[in-house]
This record gives sequence, C-alpha cells and structure tokens, in this order.
Amino acid sequence: MARQAQERIAIMGDEAIALAVKQSNVDVIAAYPITPQTIIVERLSEYVANGELDAAFIQAESEHSALSICVGASLAGARVFTSTASQGLALMHEIVYATSSMRVPMVMAIANRSLNAPLNIHCEHGDVMPERDSGWVHLFATNVQEAYDLTFIAFKLSEHPDVQLPVSVNLDAFILTHSVEPLTPISDEDASKFLPPRQPLYSIDFDSPATFGTMALPDTYMEFKYQLKEAAEKAGQVYPEVAGEYARISGRRYWYFNSYMADDADAVVLVLGSTYGTLKVAARRLREGGLKVGVVGLTMFRPFPEKQLVELLKNAKSLIVMDRAYSYGGLGGPLYMEVLAMLYRNGLRIPVMNVVYGLGGRDFRLDEAEAVLKIALDGARRGRFDEHVRWWGVRA
Amino acid sequence: MSSQTIFYKTPKDLPREEWFASGHRLCAGCGAGIAARLIFKAIRGPTVVVNPTGCVEVSTSCYPYTAWKIPYVHVAFENAAAVASGVVEAIKILNKKRGRKLHDVIVFAGDGGTFDIGLQALSGALERGHNLLYICYDNEAYMNTGIQRSGATPIGAATTTSPAGKVIPGKQERKKDLIAIAVAHKIPYAATASISHPLDLVNKVRKALEIEGPKVLHVLAPCVPGWRYPPSETVRIARLAVETRYFPVYEVEYGRVKINIRVKEPKPLEEFLKAQGRFSHLFRPENAHVLEALKKAVEENWERLVKLEESGIAL
Ligand SMILES: Cc1ncc(C[n+]2csc(CCOP(=O)(O)OP(=O)(O)O)c2C)c(N)n1
Ligand code: SF4
Ligand SMILES: [Mg+2]
Repeated sequence: MARQAQERIAIMGDEAIALAVKQSNVDVIAAYPITPQTIIVERLSEYVANGELDAAFIQAESEHSALSICVGASLAGARVFTSTASQGLALMHEIVYATSSMRVPMVMAIANRSLNAPLNIHCEHGDVMPERDSGWVHLFATNVQEAYDLTFIAFKLSEHPDVQLPVSVNLDAFILTHSVEPLTPISDEDASKFLPPRQPLYSIDFDSPATFGTMALPDTYMEFKYQLKEAAEKAGQVYPEVAGEYARISGRRYWYFNSYMADDADAVVLVLGSTYGTLKVAARRLREGGLKVGVVGLTMFRPFPEKQLVELLKNAKSLIVMDRAYSYGGLGGPLYMEVLAMLYRNGLRIPVMNVVYGLGGRDFRLDEAEAVLKIALDGARRGRFDEHVRWWGVRA
Repeated sequence: MSSQTIFYKTPKDLPREEWFASGHRLCAGCGAGIAARLIFKAIRGPTVVVNPTGCVEVSTSCYPYTAWKIPYVHVAFENAAAVASGVVEAIKILNKKRGRKLHDVIVFAGDGGTFDIGLQALSGALERGHNLLYICYDNEAYMNTGIQRSGATPIGAATTTSPAGKVIPGKQERKKDLIAIAVAHKIPYAATASISHPLDLVNKVRKALEIEGPKVLHVLAPCVPGWRYPPSETVRIARLAVETRYFPVYEVEYGRVKINIRVKEPKPLEEFLKAQGRFSHLFRPENAHVLEALKKAVEENWERLVKLEESGIAL
C-alpha cells in the first residue's frame, strides 16, 4: 500500500496534537482548561462544533472529573482522549492510578509544566513524574512532528490486546505546545487505516454483564498488580511492531529513543523532551571539532527500555543524565536515579553525573548544551566526575 | 404536563428478576441493600450501574464475586457522577456512529459520596445535562469507614466524629438540603423516597427513567450499626421517619413541588428518635436544646414544602 504524499504545514504543538486526535477516529474527548494545554481542547471543540469531528466533546468541571468521564467512556467502548498539565494532572492523580489498574485504554497529552508552588506555567517534567509508577505508558516528544506522530502510536499501543493501558504523550510546555514548526501530516485515509474505529476487548454490555473496578482483598490484590506489571512490560515489547506499522504509512520510524552519534561516543548525554534538539545541534558542532560526544533523547520513559539503552551505552566512557524535575530529598532527578540503577544492575561502571536544569521553564541555550557535553567529555577523559548532581545555572 | 407516574400498582406488579443478587456482604437489615434490591427491579431495559466507594461497593463487588447481574462500574469515591457522564455520552455517540445498544445509566451513591466529596462531580453532571438517574442512598453518615459525620447527618446525631460528648452533644450542624441543591440546577426531576414505601420508590425510579435529562432521587436507607437499632427494625424506622415528617416524601417536577405522602397527623418525632441509639443523648435534660433544634429543623422543612406546594411556584 503506497502512502499518500502529504504537504508540509506549519503548526504549533498543541494544534498538531489536536489534528492527530481529529484523525484518530476518536469518540469522546473530556478535558478541563489549563495553560499550556488549552489550545488542544479549544481546537478539538472547534472541530466538533463545526462538524469536522463526529465525537462528544465534554468540558468537565475539573480535571478529576475529566479523567473520570474518560474512564467511564472508555469502559463503554469509546476511543477516548484527554489532555492536561501540571496542577490538572496532580488533581487527576487518584484517577490516573485507577485508569491503569483497571486497564482502561485512552490517550492523554501532557503539556509538561511545573507544579506549584511558586506558581509558574512554564516547562518542567515535575508534573508527570508523580505518575511515573502508575502503570501508564509515558512517551516524550522532542519536537512538534513527534508529538503528532506519537499520538497515533499512543492510541494503537493503548488498545493493543496485550497492553490495554492508558498512554500519555508528553510535550514540553511552550517550547513545543506554542512553537510553530513544520509538520508533515498523514492523510485522513492512512490515519483511518492505522486506527479504524475502536473495537473494545471488554465493555459495558447488558447482554454480557461485567463488574468493573472490583474490590480485591490481600488474597487477590497482588495478582491484579502483577498483571499490571506484565502489561506495562508488554507495552515495551509490542511498541516496535506498532511503531513499525506507523512507519509504513508515515515513512517516519520511531524507536525507544532518538540518538545522535551515541554508538561510538566517549561521552553521552541523556535527556527527555525538546532539549534533545538543542543537545543534538551542540553535539554536531563538537563532533565537527573532533570531540566524540553523543546524545540520547528517551521517547519511551515507561516502560523503561532497559535492554536497548544498555546496548546503546555499553561502550560509553561517561554519562550525564539531564533532569527537568527533581526528587527533593532524594539522590537526584528521577531519570538519573533510574539510569544509575540500570547501569549498576547491568554491570556498567561508568562515571555518571546528574544535571538538573530548566525548572519552571528556565532557558537552556545552545552554549549551555555545549558546556554540558564538554563536562561529559571531561568526565570520560578523567574517568570520574567531581560531583553527583549539579543544579545548572542556579543562584545558590 | 406531568409524566406517567404509576407503573406498578401493587407489589405483585414488580418484576421477579433480581438484578441485585442475594449473597452480598451488607449487614443483616441494611437499608441500602433493601433500596438496591427494589430500585433495580424497576429498570426498564439495558441498564448499567455506577457505584462509588462505600458500604454498597465494598459489600457487593469483592473479587471474584459480584452481586450485580447488570453491568457495574466502580472507580473511586467522589467521581460517580463524572464516570456516569462518560458512560452516558460514550453510549450515545457510539449508538449514533455505530448503532451500539442504548443503556440507561443509574448512579447508586452513598450520602458521603453525594452530599460531600462527590458534590462537585454531581453538580457538574447536572449542569451538563447528561441523561442519567442519580440515586443517593442516604444512611446519614460515612458508614463504610465506621460511622463518621457527613453533610447528610442530622443535627444532634452522634457519630464517631461527632460523638455525644459532655461539651458537644453530637453533630451541631443541620443536614444539607440535597433536593434543593439538585433543583437549583434546573433539572427536570428530583424526588425523595423511603424504603418503607416501596411502591412509591419503584414508581419514582421508573418515572425518572422515562424523563430525558439528569434526575436525582434521594432515598432514606437506615443503617443498623450506624443508627444503632436491631436489624429487624430497619423498615419500621424508615417508616417512622416518614410518619414523623422527619423525612418528607415529595417530588419536584420541572421545579414544582408535590408532596407524595401527606402526613396529616405526624407522630411525635421522639418515636423515631428513641428507636435509635444515635439520638439517645438528646433525651438527657442538659441536651434538651439540641432536641428542640432538631424538632425545629424538621418542622420548618415540612412547612416550607407545604408552602411551596400550595404556591405552585416553579423553583
Ligand atoms: C478520596 C477518598 N477519601 C476517603 C475515602 C475513604 N472512604 C471510603 S468509603 C467512605 C465513606 C462512604 O460514605 P457514604 O458515601 O455515605 O457511603 P456509606 O459507606 O455510608 O454507604 C470513605 C470516607 C476514599 N475511599 N476516597
Ligand atoms: S454499616 Fe450500615 S450501610 Fe453499611 S452495610 Fe451495615 S447496615 Fe448497611
Ligand atoms: Mg453514608
């Protein structure tokens, strides 16, 4: 099947997500406004109001209810989308866990923004990290095209019979949500082939009644949770197949991570989200000067692609993990702690440092990216770093 | 125009099907269990129940068993109205797009999950106008967690967080008016009912299901350990609540109040109160003022309803 050639358009991240949702045969959208996610739901409500999208659009009276509406709608068999950020996600927290544990497929876009206090509406990953252990699949976009593409992949992965889990698509507040970038959409026809109307495995049906959301006592609870663990890991296993199918219609192939010259690099920097792009440009410059640096941007944060990352990093001599979030009172940022554990249990004893940066949307510029790469290189040469965690650019 | 009201003339007209099966783990004599059994007899076709966390939920859905022969959904404590909104809208759009079978959606929620923590979700659902029937089984406290006060606990009642202390003799605040809150959303139908008057209850359920839009039914459902009386007394106590005017049975259709059970000569409130342990401290001389306050609240409420009915004003 030949894919249809599509024109490139200019579009901001929020609108790209809305466009993908519109093309995904979605049935129910429930959400609540919060900056910088609001444009997603504004566009979707326009699509519905103008008859371009045959779906129910429900503006709930809170994010807690928005997600609860989505759970009810998905259990009734609908393909469901919601989107939030920051305070909204924190308000959803209770139901985030219910959604995955009840194995309710849906997709949520998260416009990653800091959590109060102090009030701040700018980019940070501190909003999604409290949902890290929920059993949701968490995907991170590094640019607008990825945010668009990952939305389709997220629906397919979520509804995969072996997965049946909710999936989040994370995009950096403002840096991606409000930046206009070039986008090559897929055709409506290809989208519909990739995502035909949802056929739920189980749904509310009077003719074959089921009890959803049971209570489970200590004699059965652990088995429910074990199944959740298995499903989350399964999501990692079927992801290449889903991404491969998407590559066939889009020509764009997704993997557990993006990487730039990481295979043969002495020093590698690992990051989530849009900062990958900045680091990549900086790494290209340093490579031109003969410096062996590489960059990895994780696309799939949950389930954590341990095997593939270990394979990628096995020849690195040093690693800097960049976190746009922090575990206060802990050893460092959440990505750093995970990577430390991964390296240790796979016998990779390379020096590792954590750079905590960009909290509350603080800029991280190209020259700073170069500086981080050079610190990584220095660690590779010396076989050690002088500190575990550095709060980048902070006035202490 | 008033909708049809009588679907079941005698108890014999009720369907034999038990959609709420026996063998659940509710206490013997649980008023909520009696309510559930009756209410789900009055369904008119494919139906799904949404039930928030509480006594009924933990006692009827313990894996691998279920007491529900109709589809049942529990997600959390405060969000039943929101979950139900999603079920309603999903079924509606899927029916339109792909011919999915329509279902009635009934929420069956405790007073805590309705008057307090679930009030925002309920308000949102009523305002958005989803076609659902929200039924609150009111046992006047958080029973599942061990009888704590709720916004539905009446003035004077002792609970584990409003104990009958020497200084503070039971709950000091009045019960919220759920029907007034519901009616303020301009919904087509809101009503109260008591398990002691089963035909009134089932006819209201059925009548509500026939009406398009959001409907609220507030059902008094006594609780054996919470109200402190012997299990055999549940129905008698529920009846006393009606006969003393403690719990007026009325409906509000498109804003117009109609008292369904006219209590011309009410029994003394003491008859209802003395049958339960939770009010026993009210009969100590030093607490006479609390008893008076409760009596006053009951009287005022009845008089207000009578006036509203007589006036014919649409709320
Ligand atoms: C967010 C949240 N807070 C508290 C609880 C604990 N909790 C479970 S059931 C319940 C009380 C339920 O009261 P009600 O709705 O009146 O139902 P009942 O048990 O009386 O039937 C409480 C407080 C909870 N499950 N979730
Ligand atoms: S505690 Fe009360 S409401 Fe709960 S099961 Fe027992 S009688 Fe019913
Ligand atoms: Mg209660």
